[in-house]
Amino acid sequence: MAGTAVTVDGVSKRFRLVHERNSTLKATVLNGFRRTVAEDFWALQDVSLSVEEGTTYGLVGHNGSGKSTLLKCIARIYRPDRGRITSQGRMSALLELGAGFHPELSGRENVYLNGSILGMSRREVDRRFSDIVEFAGLEQFIDTPVKNYSSGMYVRLGFSVAITVEPDVLLVDEILAVGDEAFQQRCLEKFADLRRGGRTIVLVSHGLDSVRNLCDRAAWLDHGSLAKEGEAHDVVTAYLESVRDDRRSSAGDVASTEEAEGGWHVEAVTLVDGTGRPVEVVESGAELAVRVEVVAARDEDVALAVGLYRTDGVHVAGPVHHFRTGGPGPRLVEYRIPAVPLAAGSYDVSTRLLDDHLARTHAVRRRAARLDVRSDGTADIGGVVALHGQWKVTGG
Amino acid sequence: MAVRSVDQLELPKELLWNLTLRELRGKFKRSALGWLWSVINPLASIAIYSVVFGVFFEVATPRGEPSGLRVYGFFLVCGLLPWTFLANGLNGTTSSIVGNEGLVKKVYFPRWVLPAASTLSWLASYGVELLVLGVVLLAVGNMVLPWVPVVVALMVLETGFVLGLGLVLAAANAYFRDVQHFLAIFLNIWFYATPIIYPPEQIPEESTLLGVDLPTRDLLQMNPMAIFVDAYRDVLYDLRWPTATQWLAMAGVAVGALVVGGLVFRRLEPRLAEEM
Repeated sequence: MAGTAVTVDGVSKRFRLVHERNSTLKATVLNGFRRTVAEDFWALQDVSLSVEEGTTYGLVGHNGSGKSTLLKCIARIYRPDRGRITSQGRMSALLELGAGFHPELSGRENVYLNGSILGMSRREVDRRFSDIVEFAGLEQFIDTPVKNYSSGMYVRLGFSVAITVEPDVLLVDEILAVGDEAFQQRCLEKFADLRRGGRTIVLVSHGLDSVRNLCDRAAWLDHGSLAKEGEAHDVVTAYLESVRDDRRSSAGDVASTEEAEGGWHVEAVTLVDGTGRPVEVVESGAELAVRVEVVAARDEDVALAVGLYRTDGVHVAGPVHHFRTGGPGPRLVEYRIPAVPLAAGSYDVSTRLLDDHLARTHAVRRRAARLDVRSDGTADIGGVVALHGQWKVTGG
Repeated sequence: MAVRSVDQLELPKELLWNLTLRELRGKFKRSALGWLWSVINPLASIAIYSVVFGVFFEVATPRGEPSGLRVYGFFLVCGLLPWTFLANGLNGTTSSIVGNEGLVKKVYFPRWVLPAASTLSWLASYGVELLVLGVVLLAVGNMVLPWVPVVVALMVLETGFVLGLGLVLAAANAYFRDVQHFLAIFLNIWFYATPIIYPPEQIPEESTLLGVDLPTRDLLQMNPMAIFVDAYRDVLYDLRWPTATQWLAMAGVAVGALVVGGLVFRRLEPRLAEEM
């Protein structure tokens, strides 16, 4: 039964890089009928992979790596210039929610319209209509023109229709961040339903955690070529490591910045593991220390604050330590965390040296270090913190 | 190069139907008179042309043979309605792909459905217009009822012609937006090159343009729209059968346009999403 749902065989896709596109006849004539004064850009180069039926497959890579292009090729929106893509069964693509909604038409009319665009018959939509409306939570507004919908209502209705197609293969492009928390939760449940129902899902995501947690296998695309393909966890780990290498090698690092007043400095921040070795990656739950080298201008009561931020800006933790400098000169301050209570992800470390009342900043270094927390994906699924709690199951 | 699964080969009837409905509903959605516009617009054109050409220019109105009808307004409208279907249809199809950019870039479905739905929506308005014309013709004593099937046949052929041209225009417009501007001028020329406001007999056999002698009337006879307009007039105004030659020409033009349109569209279709 476990056949192949999608086969991508040696696919290459070329785009014309548009410096000077002749989208008017005049320009074309003036340019001697050359359609483009542009070079070719290969968005995909000889990519081969196959997605087994009933599995969830992730595509990762940096922006412009070709993952969305590949998804569009699978969805038949783009046609590959070389190679071939075959797929089995009904396919539905969640590339843009509510694509094809007509603003003047009511939600009801648009459900039928969108349903048929996605390949559903009128009878199928009839049968599922109440489910669609209920899932979107739009019972009251279904006969209102969609132009009066909020953007949230709009995408919710779009998602409901698209997901109700009950595709054999579902293509998803970065849309898990739709609607409010409650709706997102329902979306995730719906995905889980589909997976349990043996449907195949191909997912493009920047959320590496969601790839790690949702996907069975994954492919990492780098500048249009397949860099690695395999178990989702391995692929994401390899991808993360390469991103880190890139960051290390790129000059200037991730723009660590310092602001300071006369004589005060936050020189450097180093992360070390339990043995005192500098690290940039730790396992969730492992020991970690943050070492901050500061320079004091004079003898004074000060406070050193360490700010831990998730890369999307969420302030995760802010430990502060008060001490007396005891005179001008360098000091090494260490903050030891016995078991890193963070979920897998990337975090920025900032440090700030203040006066004892936390009123005046002597020196601050933002994004002084980057910490990548890894987990084997078995103890936690998503979230910001890892609680490292104890489970217990008792019989009834 | 993608292999299509079986369901993609089926005629997407429901999609075509729903998109046509969308066009129709969207067209008059926020207007107070709604569907009435579909009749008011041609009535306005008829009034204008009747006054200008029927009253001021006194165009010689031919007598309907054998109907005996001789009213410029009817003579005009029997040619004007098929023309407006063509003009609206071509304008609509030309913008059908570009106007649905969001859809084309984000969802896969057979793209020809878009120009087809646009054509069908204009066909629906055209049908309403012809219905009104039929009722009025009956009221003035032109017994058009037995000719209804013939008119339907003409509508089918003209729809094929419009769709065929529309497929080319729709795809071409995605590559070059000039197409829609160019079309406006071209339709203007085409309108006057078609015997709509004047009877074909008023065109001189020959005329001299910039020192070149042209067989004007023969040239105009090669205009496919002239043949359609003639045929509609034969049926609705004169109440007689179009000649076999006319039928052959119209069928040829319709099939030819569809074949060429289909081939061109199929060639341009794969890159539509990225050309916009």
